[in-house]
Amino acid sequence: MAGLELLSDQGFRLDGRRPHELRKIQCKMGVFKQADGSAYIEQGNTKALATVYGPHEVTGSRSKIEHDKVLINCQYSMATFSTGERRSRSKGDRKSQEMQLHLKKTFEAAILTQLYPRSQIDIYVQILQADGGNYSACVNAATLAIIDAGIPMKDFVCASTAGFVSDTPIVDISYLEESQGGPELVVALLPKSDQIVEFQVNSRLHLDNFENVLDMAVKGCKDIHAVLSRAVKENVSELASHMNKT
Amino acid sequence: MATAQLSEGEKTFIIHGIMEDVRTDGRSCEEYRQVEVECGVVSNTSGSSRLRLLNTEVIVGVKAEMGDPSPSHPNEGRLEFMVDFSANASPEFEGRGGDDLSVEMSTRFAEVFRTQSVLDLVSLGIIDGQCCWILYVDIVVLECGGNLLDAMSLAVKAALANTRIPKVTVLKDSEGGEDIEVSDDPDGYSTLNIDMVPLFVTLSKIGQRHVVDATLEEECCCSASLVTSVDSSGKFTGVVKKGTSSLSNESLHEMLQATKKVGIQLHHSLNEVLKEVGSNTSGRGFLVG
Repeated sequence: MAGLELLSDQGFRLDGRRPHELRKIQCKMGVFKQADGSAYIEQGNTKALATVYGPHEVTGSRSKIEHDKVLINCQYSMATFSTGERRSRSKGDRKSQEMQLHLKKTFEAAILTQLYPRSQIDIYVQILQADGGNYSACVNAATLAIIDAGIPMKDFVCASTAGFVSDTPIVDISYLEESQGGPELVVALLPKSDQIVEFQVNSRLHLDNFENVLDMAVKGCKDIHAVLSRAVKENVSELASHMNKT
Repeated sequence: MATAQLSEGEKTFIIHGIMEDVRTDGRSCEEYRQVEVECGVVSNTSGSSRLRLLNTEVIVGVKAEMGDPSPSHPNEGRLEFMVDFSANASPEFEGRGGDDLSVEMSTRFAEVFRTQSVLDLVSLGIIDGQCCWILYVDIVVLECGGNLLDAMSLAVKAALANTRIPKVTVLKDSEGGEDIEVSDDPDGYSTLNIDMVPLFVTLSKIGQRHVVDATLEEECCCSASLVTSVDSSGKFTGVVKKGTSSLSNESLHEMLQATKKVGIQLHHSLNEVLKEVGSNTSGRGFLVG
C-alpha cells in the first residue's frame, strides 16, 4: 500500500498543484561571461545550468568532422550533492551518457546545423539540484543558452514531462511522483510548428489514455515556451537599453 | 588549469605593471577582487555555499551521512573532499579532462583538514567504533577565472558554517544493542564551529614581486607560486610551492609575511559576512543580478 497519495480527493497533488499546473519557473540568461552562451533555470526544486561554447573548430577526434553540418557535443553532469542520496560519480556513468545522446539528438533537430560545416558546438549541462524533470530542465536551459550564444535555431525547444495518476493526466512531475512507478512521458517540442523532436515513455501506459497524457505534455511545453520567450525578450530589451545609454 | 592565450608583449606589459604595483585591473599587489558569497543555495544538502571571485565561480555542497568511523580514530567523524571541474568552466574539463586537477585539489584539502585542531571531529562521532557522521564536502567549479584554491577554500568555510547536523539520540534497545534515532525537528540541529578552519592564500611570483589573487592572465606570467593555508590567527597549517621556477630564501620569507597579513584580513572579512548570511537556507543563487 503506497504511503503517499499522489492526487488527493480534492484534486491537489503532493506539492499543492493542480494536475495541469507547472512548477514555478525562474530563469536567467548570460550567467557566465567566459562562455559563449549560458543560462540558468529553476523548475520548482530542479536547478539546471547550461553553457554553450561554439561554433569552433572540432577538438578531439578528427574522424568526427562532418563536411556538411556542425558536430554537436553534449555533456550532462549531475553534481554529487544534487540528489537526496549522495552520488559517487558526477559524469561518465551510463545514465549520463544516455542523457547526453538524447540531448544531442534533440538539438541536432533544432539547430540549423548546415550553417557551420566542419565545426563543433559544445553544450554542457550541469544539474545542481535534481527534483524530477531533469531532462526537461536541461533542454530548457540549453535552449536559452544557445539563444544567448547567438546560434540560429529553427524554434525554441521546450520540454516537459507528464504522468498518469488516478485516471488523471498530470504535468511536470516531481521526483516523488516519478519514483512512485507510474508512467512518465517526456516530450520535447518545437512550439510554433507543433513538431515533436524527442519523445519517450517509461513504464506502462494504456493506449486509451495515451492521447490525453500526450496532450497534457504538449500543453506543458507550450506554457514553458511562454515563460522562456518572455525571458528572452526581457534579456534582449535589457541589452538594448544598455546599448542606447552609451 | 584553464589557460588564457597571451602574447609575449602582453606578458611583458603585465610584468612591468606589477613591478610598479599596478595590475591590469588597477589593483595593488595585495588586493583581492570583489568576492560575493551566498549560503544555503542547494536545499537538499546539509549546508551549501556559492562564491564568486569576479570571474571564478564555485559551488560547495556538504552532505552529512552516517557511516563507519576510520579504524585509527573510532570516536571521531570524518570529512571527505571531492572537487569536480565542470565542463561549464572550460571545454578542456569535458569528460575526464579535469580529473588530474581534481585529484590534486581534493588531496590538498584532505591534507589540510587532517590537522587535529581544525574541526572538532569528536562531536561528529555517534557510537564509538561503529557509527559517526561523515561530511561529504563536494566542490563544483563552474567558472575558472584564476585563483581557484583561494575561492574554493572560502566557499568551503562558508558551506561548513552553513552546515546543520541533525541531533541524534542513542537509545539502548531491549536486547542490549544500540539504536540511533535522528531528530525530525527542523530546529533540532547543531552547527559546526568553524573558527579554526583555515583558508588557502595563493601568492604568485611575477617578475620580482608577488601578487595575491592572480587572474587567469597573471597566472600565465607567473613562474612560481606559494600556496599557504592560514588560520584566523595567522598561523600556517600547510605550505606548498608550485611552479617551475625557484624561490630564494629572502623572497620566501617575504612572501610568508605577506601571506600572514593577507590571510588574517581575509578571515576577518569572511567572518563578518558569515555573521549575516551564514545561517541562510534559501539563497537566490544565480537569479540575483
